[in-house]
Order: sequence, then structure tokens, then C-alpha cells
Amino acid sequence: MRLTCPLCGPRDRREFYYYGSDDYLNRPAEGDGPQAWDAYLHLRDNPAGITHDLWYHDMGCSSWLRVTRNTVTHEIHAVDAVAAPAKGGAK
Amino acid sequence: MAELIAKSALAGHAPLTLAATTLAEAPMTQITAILPFPGGAKAVAAALRPFGLTFPDPNRQSVNGAMRLVWTGREQAFLVGPAAPEMAPGLAATLDGAAAVTDQSDGWAVLTLSGPLARETLARLVPLDLRDTAFAVGAVARSGLNHMQMILTRSDTATYEVMVFRSMARTAWHELAEALQTQAARLDAMS
Ligand SMILES: [Zn+2]
Repeated sequence: MRLTCPLCGPRDRREFYYYGSDDYLNRPAEGDGPQAWDAYLHLRDNPAGITHDLWYHDMGCSSWLRVTRNTVTHEIHAVDAVAAPAKGGAK
Repeated sequence: MAELIAKSALAGHAPLTLAATTLAEAPMTQITAILPFPGGAKAVAAALRPFGLTFPDPNRQSVNGAMRLVWTGREQAFLVGPAAPEMAPGLAATLDGAAAVTDQSDGWAVLTLSGPLARETLARLVPLDLRDTAFAVGAVARSGLNHMQMILTRSDTATYEVMVFRSMARTAWHELAEALQTQAARLDAMS
């Protein structure tokens, strides 16, 4: 299995750490009730088809990546950087 | 103040040469991390210009003589070279507010692997396509050396530079020496 890191290019699976669903990107707002936090921490879909994961390029550029893949066909559809490039910042 | 003598991670470690391929510790250099702040790219470029350097694209380095600016991660590059100690204070001043600048010299161990078996030896440990088409002279990769994090540079056709965290120096040496021995033995068996 390979992932194409937006910075580093196509890399072997060994360079990446899998973190689970990208639900972790949708952190509840301050003051949200226990249900919102319960959903954030524990409730996960288990789709047959397209899913979105978080991966960390820990042996590479240290980017958090959002990977869109298909659990049925094992296709990798997209690998996007979670952090938006800083305006006028480094590449 | 006491005069302290800088010691490299593998000081006194003799090079290992097998089948004309040599594993050695590189001479000590100054290593300075430059991490542009958001919005700091222009100021960083302007500060680097007098030194004949540009902030490198991913998997690349910018070279001027013995001075190199090596891409080492997202919005991060290492200034490496013997000239760095003289330039670093001036550069740090011009980069103030544009980038975070820190001395990393004692945090890394730097090894060189050079010779006809260098690429085959690395291929045992590194999950990268090391062929010329994918990893040409001058290419840089932040990748893994077996289980260690590594910064790999192809310095020349048959010469590679391997940077690992200083605490991993002996492990990296052991891994590379073992892989080189395997490759040399295979060559022996075939001849
Ligand atoms: Zn990467």
C-alpha cells in the first residue's frame, strides 16, 4: 500500500501512522453537551465504500493527512493535507 | 567559562570499507533549523539571498559551495555546512520575526555511505525508490532507515548522506554495516 503525500510524493505505508476516522477533525465547540462529545470520541460509521481517515506522515514531513479511500475496492482516491497552506507563508 | 570541545556522535569510530563501499561518519558541521512563520516566506527569501540560497522545495536542497539548505519537513529546512557558524548569527538577526531559528548541531548524527554498493545497501533499509529516475543526485527525502526517522540526501552518483537523531547513531551504524556486509557477501558469492 502506498499513499501520495501532497509534499513528499508517493511513499510506502511504513512511513505513515493511522489515526482512525477524520471525525476527529470536527471537534465540538466549547460548551457543547455530553452527547456531542460522546459522538466525537466514540461514534463511528463503518461504511462499505468511501471513507475518510486521518494519517500522519511520521517518517516523512510530519503532515497530518486526510485520506479518502474505498473500503470495498481498496482504492485510494485522495490524500489531502489537513493544514491549509499558510497565506504568504512557506510552501 | 570552560572551553568545551564538541564531539560528534561516533567520534573515534573507524570507517568500514567492504567491496569498495565505505560507511563513515561525516565531518561535524553546524546544523541550524529554519522554520518560516506564517507569512514569513518573503522575508526568509530576502534573508537567504545574500548567502546565495533559496528556501528549498520538498525533497530538494539549495546549495552554495559548502553551504546547503536542506528541506527536512513541512515548512522546515536545515542549514548545513562548515560556513554556518559564521553566518548563523547574522542570518538569525535578519530572520527575526520571519522564522524560528534554532541550533540543531548536537541533535543529529551524520553518516555517509559511498561506493558501488551504497544504493543496494540503502535499499535493504529504506522504503524509497532509489533509482536515478526517482532519486537523482541532489535529491533529499525525509523517510525511514528501518525503524528510525532519517533525512537522506544523494550527494553524488554513488554517495549518500544519512542523518538520524543523535541517540540513534550506533543503531544506524549497526543497521547500515550489517546491510553492507550482506551486500558484499552476496557479491563475493556471485564472483
Ligand atoms: Zn509527507
